Amino acid sequence: MHPAFSVVFFTTATGAGYGLLALLGVLAGQGFVPPDFWLGLVGTGLALGLITAGLLSSAGHLGRPERAWRAFSQWRSSWLSREGVASVATFVPAGLFAIGWVLLGRTDGWVAIAGLFAAVAAIVTVCTTGMIYVSLKPIAQWHSRFTLPGYLIFSAMTGSVLLNALLQGFGIGSNIVLAGCVLLTLLGWGWKLATWRYNDRLEIPTTANTATGLAGGTVRSLEWPHTEENFLLKEMGFRVARKHRVRLRQIAQALAFALPLALLLAAFALPRPFAAVLSALAAIAQFAGMLVERWLFFAEAKHTVTLYYGR
Amino acid sequence: MTCIPAQTDKKLGLVIDLDTCVGCQACVTACKEWNTGGHMAPLTDIDPYGGDVDGVWFNRVHSYEHITEMGGRTVNFPRSCLHCEQPACVTVCPTGASYKRASDGIVLVDEDKCIGCKLCSWACPYGAREFDTDVGVMKKCTLCVDRIYNDNLVGEDRVPACVAACPTSARHFGDLGDPASAVSQLVASRGGVDLMPELGYQPTNKYLPPRAHTTRAASVPAPALEPVRAEGGFLGWVDRMLSN
Repeated sequence: MHPAFSVVFFTTATGAGYGLLALLGVLAGQGFVPPDFWLGLVGTGLALGLITAGLLSSAGHLGRPERAWRAFSQWRSSWLSREGVASVATFVPAGLFAIGWVLLGRTDGWVAIAGLFAAVAAIVTVCTTGMIYVSLKPIAQWHSRFTLPGYLIFSAMTGSVLLNALLQGFGIGSNIVLAGCVLLTLLGWGWKLATWRYNDRLEIPTTANTATGLAGGTVRSLEWPHTEENFLLKEMGFRVARKHRVRLRQIAQALAFALPLALLLAAFALPRPFAAVLSALAAIAQFAGMLVERWLFFAEAKHTVTLYYGR
Repeated sequence: MTCIPAQTDKKLGLVIDLDTCVGCQACVTACKEWNTGGHMAPLTDIDPYGGDVDGVWFNRVHSYEHITEMGGRTVNFPRSCLHCEQPACVTVCPTGASYKRASDGIVLVDEDKCIGCKLCSWACPYGAREFDTDVGVMKKCTLCVDRIYNDNLVGEDRVPACVAACPTSARHFGDLGDPASAVSQLVASRGGVDLMPELGYQPTNKYLPPRAHTTRAASVPAPALEPVRAEGGFLGWVDRMLSN
């Protein structure tokens, strides 16, 4: 599948943003994070900024963005529509939570309840994003039991590493948050390795035989219907990443998992200014690594239409 | 509304005979000609006379080599929307632009509602939908909905343009929901098949596999020509001269 940068950035940014929002909503509301003005402003601003930037980026890849409002109508059948509804609905409790924290300086009472609602809405939205990909039967690498948990794990992972960088930056970092980041990053790494292992051994029942209805023997593409690349090949016949798959997987693992782990573990041992710098670097490296991972998620996915082209 | 109707009154669709299709592309050009002025017009061409041609087509004919233990053959394979009974392209549509008609089962796109998110093209395993980058909306086969009900055409022309154009009668149009219809009978008698049945889209269009090889034809190709034996004399001299 063609990895449109708008969609790669959208899923990475909103994943991290919703992860951070959910963690802030729970932790601040329950009193684990102090109701500090600047922390609230930067924290909720970062979370909602990532979410908004991602949503705007996704609207940018539409052919007719001025009609995007129509996408809220078909939530009965469409996961994309559900994602649209959930993402907008999340802004209501998230906005109340941010107003309570930043403007009123409190994270208890109704603000805490808004925080919990924001956390639930954020998780629901990430689930709807994952389900868009799970629901696509022609793409076996996405239509798998690994996809939805992957979206949730990576959202929690990137969100927690952002939260840690934030808390370390304000000098209120804790070893518990650091440990949580390390565990989630390990979980994310393990899940990605398991997903790749599963995909590499995938035996797809759909073949050139079933695609053409020609039973038995071998079906070889002799001639395409067209001499140039068409929409189908540009959108679904993307092949660059399969060529560089091994190298790109190494880059994704190094940036998204290995380097952040090393930096986070070092942050355990070092005093405040160093720990804060390392935590920030871990968040930046992981975000870059997740962009590569998400790029591969698209580029490695093989659509059944490529069978018609002998690819 | 992108929920699929529980059942449709008719199941209009095509039956495509892979035995008689000669790959002449007449259906392709007839489709393009009709539909670039039809319901989903235009079928935009990008840089049509340049070096980087692209454009929207509803019907594309591939050629395959099918080799079995019975021998090999070339199979020409027209590929277009199959108007599935379980069209995931419709259910994934976030705007309601894609829909399946309850009256005849035809899957259509309302171009005025389409936002061009392309998700429907990802959901179609057959590559039936093509995005018009110029207009910014998705386009697809309409089963010539503006021909088959068109009172301004004489009766025999009220069929999809691809069917009307086919010189070998490899394309048939009719109600596949009616077991007594000519197309249903044809499918039953020739063992028509679904494409990618394992994905569960339940396509309405059926494909008739090529007929089995017969024993009347030579079972092996003619033997290769034997090498010419070296000769002496005048002919040998000519052979040597021509071989130089």
